[in-house]
Amino acid sequence: MIEPTPLLQLQSVSKGFVTNEGPLPVLRDVSMTLLAGETLALTGESGSGKSTLMHLAGALDVPDAGILQVCGVNVAGLGDRARATVRRDRIGLVFQQFNLIPSLTVGQNIAFQARLAGRYDRTFTGELIVRLGLSDHLTRYPEQLSGGQQQRVAIGRALAGQPALILADEPTGNLDEATGDAVLDLLLDLVATTGAGLMMVTHSGRLAARMERQLHLSHGALAAPVVD
Amino acid sequence: MVYTAFQGLFSHWWRHPGQLLTLLAGLALATALWSGVQAINAEARAAYDRAASTLGQDQLSRLVRADGQPVPLADYVALRRAGYLVSPVISGELRGDGARLRILGIDLLTIPPQAQAPVPITGGDIDIGQFLGDGMLLVNAATAAGALPADLPPLSITDTAPPAAAITDIGTAARLLAQTDPSYLLVDPDQPAGLGPLSDATDLVLAPPTQAGDITRLTDSFHLNLTAFGLLSFAVGLFIVHAAIGLAFEQRRSSFRTLRAVGVPLGQLIWLLAAEIIVFAVVAGAIGVALGYAIAATLLPGVAGTLRGLYGAQIDGTLGFNAVWAIGGLAIAVLGAAVAGAQALVRVAKMPLLAAAQPRAWAIAAARTTRVQGVAAFGLIITAVMIAMWGDGLLAGFACLAALLIGAALALPGLLALMLRGAERMARGPFVEWLLADTRQQLPGLSLALMALLLALSANIGVSTMVGSFRATFVGWLDQRLASELYVTARTEAEAAEIRVYLADQGLILLPILSTETRLGGAPADVFGIADDATYRDNWPLLVAAPDVWDRVADGTGALVNEQLYRRDGLRLGDTVTLDPGPNLPIVGVYSDYGNPTGQAIIGLSLFRETFPTVETLRFALRVAPDQVADLATALRDRFDLPTDSVLNQAQIKQFSLEIFEQTFRVTGALNILTLGVAAFALLTSLLTLAGMRLPQLAPVWALGQTRSTLARVELARSLLLATLTFGLALPTGLALAWVLLAVVNVAAFGWRLPMHIFPGDWLQLLIFALIAAALAAAWPALRLARTPPAALLKVFAHER
Repeated sequence: MIEPTPLLQLQSVSKGFVTNEGPLPVLRDVSMTLLAGETLALTGESGSGKSTLMHLAGALDVPDAGILQVCGVNVAGLGDRARATVRRDRIGLVFQQFNLIPSLTVGQNIAFQARLAGRYDRTFTGELIVRLGLSDHLTRYPEQLSGGQQQRVAIGRALAGQPALILADEPTGNLDEATGDAVLDLLLDLVATTGAGLMMVTHSGRLAARMERQLHLSHGALAAPVVD
Repeated sequence: MVYTAFQGLFSHWWRHPGQLLTLLAGLALATALWSGVQAINAEARAAYDRAASTLGQDQLSRLVRADGQPVPLADYVALRRAGYLVSPVISGELRGDGARLRILGIDLLTIPPQAQAPVPITGGDIDIGQFLGDGMLLVNAATAAGALPADLPPLSITDTAPPAAAITDIGTAARLLAQTDPSYLLVDPDQPAGLGPLSDATDLVLAPPTQAGDITRLTDSFHLNLTAFGLLSFAVGLFIVHAAIGLAFEQRRSSFRTLRAVGVPLGQLIWLLAAEIIVFAVVAGAIGVALGYAIAATLLPGVAGTLRGLYGAQIDGTLGFNAVWAIGGLAIAVLGAAVAGAQALVRVAKMPLLAAAQPRAWAIAAARTTRVQGVAAFGLIITAVMIAMWGDGLLAGFACLAALLIGAALALPGLLALMLRGAERMARGPFVEWLLADTRQQLPGLSLALMALLLALSANIGVSTMVGSFRATFVGWLDQRLASELYVTARTEAEAAEIRVYLADQGLILLPILSTETRLGGAPADVFGIADDATYRDNWPLLVAAPDVWDRVADGTGALVNEQLYRRDGLRLGDTVTLDPGPNLPIVGVYSDYGNPTGQAIIGLSLFRETFPTVETLRFALRVAPDQVADLATALRDRFDLPTDSVLNQAQIKQFSLEIFEQTFRVTGALNILTLGVAAFALLTSLLTLAGMRLPQLAPVWALGQTRSTLARVELARSLLLATLTFGLALPTGLALAWVLLAVVNVAAFGWRLPMHIFPGDWLQLLIFALIAAALAAAWPALRLARTPPAALLKVFAHER
């Protein structure tokens, strides 16, 4: 049996920030792994370091200490350009605030990252759009869509390039419960289809329970998960 | 990847074509004003150079008669027979049908190659047979297109012909001007070996080559002012570009983060943005250069008239295309856009990828820097004052101007905020309190446009005050200097004697005016001798004078000097000026002598005649009743066959001068309106951009019971309030600008200082213009607000949820 590839590996990672009140440690000695095809929920109170861990995993930031490998690449030692390449080619990001490009149409937004990475597959993207239920909205602009629709566009953008790792930071945080559930169903379904690994930050134990694994952050350190 | 990233960036402009138009229009307008002024200057300077190099005047010496009469043909023949390489030129003016044409007749066989005659003896496009035979006039296209005297030989167009002049064969010139003797002889610099000096071979006077600098110096003041205006206009335009680029960057801030998050490296993002700015700059620059050409072509006839009338400089009223200023215009557009975009690029470079979204962070950052700007403004204004007090030279003058204007612009947001805060304290009623507080909150977003308005208004007040002061002073000065009603110049001493007798018989007062070139304080200068008469005592304007100034001049124990000599040599009353040849005389008075670059002194008539016995009395001022001036002038011209220019009517000269100033006013007036228009455009674009961001601030006020039309009216009133406050600050800035131009820059550049006059009527007019501009700029955003559907306002609350 072939061992699943580790998409994300953190070994004794620490990260802190300097504030007006002095240094503020956010993550302390965090170690974890996410395997290909695996889904993982990251939970924790506000300020526990969830978003910081997500940013490190997304190669948006670098740790102060420890080893951080994303898709086998040691991100900690990379410069801006190389980290940008990792994000572009290996990672799909879904944000709570959607972060779509307002001046691009829905169709352009979905294809954007895939085209940047040179991995745009018209057929795959077409199927993706159908599954996202956005076929009738391709020429519309983000501001003309509801929140749920915008988040589906963001999921489409994250998946169109068929990245190995999907990182979702409270993707349903801005949506009502029914819409949130529908969006999460779609995300899990699509991730299963593409075989990517998914790490999702959420406050909700109910949503976390739908992931294969749960990790709980408390005061910057990993703890046992708490499920509602 | 680059294409996709660029598409992601550029898509913003497709979605916001108005912003794109603003950016391009701002840069195009800025470039247009700058390159238009530069085109006028370049055309004028090229014309001076062409005029100065006509027949090698700038390189060749000339032999002339001391009395200015034509050189006898026999003298020319004698010199040629002795082996000297000299070439005859017949020069004169042909008049008729209200047109004038300077004729230059040359001898193709003997003219030195340095004269660069536009007629090659062999080859070339010109029909030599026609040129030498029946006659042909070589003129440039502009001269050919203008009014010309009747019955001229056929014209041939050549670019190298000087403005308002025709080059022809000497035989043709002799026939046209009815003059057989050469006006002067051009001297070949390479004379055959073995010949003695020319001065030993002839009684003619050897005149050195003339330099273009003579006219250039005279007109430099005018061009300097135009250039300063162009630069100010460009600066105003740059504020628009800065505002447009800044706002566009701000609106795309979240997109930049997203682009980086999905894998566009920061360096690539910066390069793409820089490339975008450069592409816009080139496109807008090209439009601006074309617009500048149109502006210059429209204004050039007026400028040409001004320069011709003021300084006698001949400039064609038509504009030629010059690649140098076109490329220069493009370059300044790119440079301007780079300056305007640099700050935005730096912000993008420093923008942390993970910072929380900050709506209107750009405006917030601007508000944060208001205090820093205030400190910088204070420092700059203090610097300007110090330079004005202790600085010396043209560079110091311009440094003073720059420090003053930048300081005033930087001080504006802080001062407006202070004023609004003060008004808030006095405000009664919640709505007015909200209005003032809201206006203050908007200042960061509007500050660049208001700075542009401040600069435009200051430039307007400054330049109008300068030109107005120039006109008032110059006309007043003419009134005094041309106190006599008629000025007559005879051609010979004998003719002068006849005129004297003729006028004395009629009981008229004649005031002889004698002058000669000499040296004062070691530099070339003119000395005038004037009679002791009440005309001078009562009217002659003196800047500083000893109590008994006119008695001292009359008895030959004192001299008057012009302001240029006085300032250039750092003289004071009582200092001695040395006539060379002549006595040492104490300075007893200083007079204004606008537009004259050389030093000048005036001494009593008796002393002049003793010192310069060979100078003939050919020029007279005449005191005559105003109603008799026209008849007497006609009688003199008819009786002595005097050319029109030899009998000058004081009233006509003054009228002519006034017309010139009106032309100058039209040019500066047009530039003023254009600059103000650019500033109004800046205000409009800023208000439009802010309007889109302001719904969240206005929606609660609307929800609390104000109608949309009330809010729209308030927007309009706010714009008028800010324009009025800005005008209030522009007024002292503009007056300070005028003072620096008149008292520092002009003195450093030209050696004379103009007294400053103020024109409150013009300020009121400008305030009205500024309010109209502000109202027009605010009208569209206000109308849009009045028509905003309630659903759009309700969305604000929906989004907040």
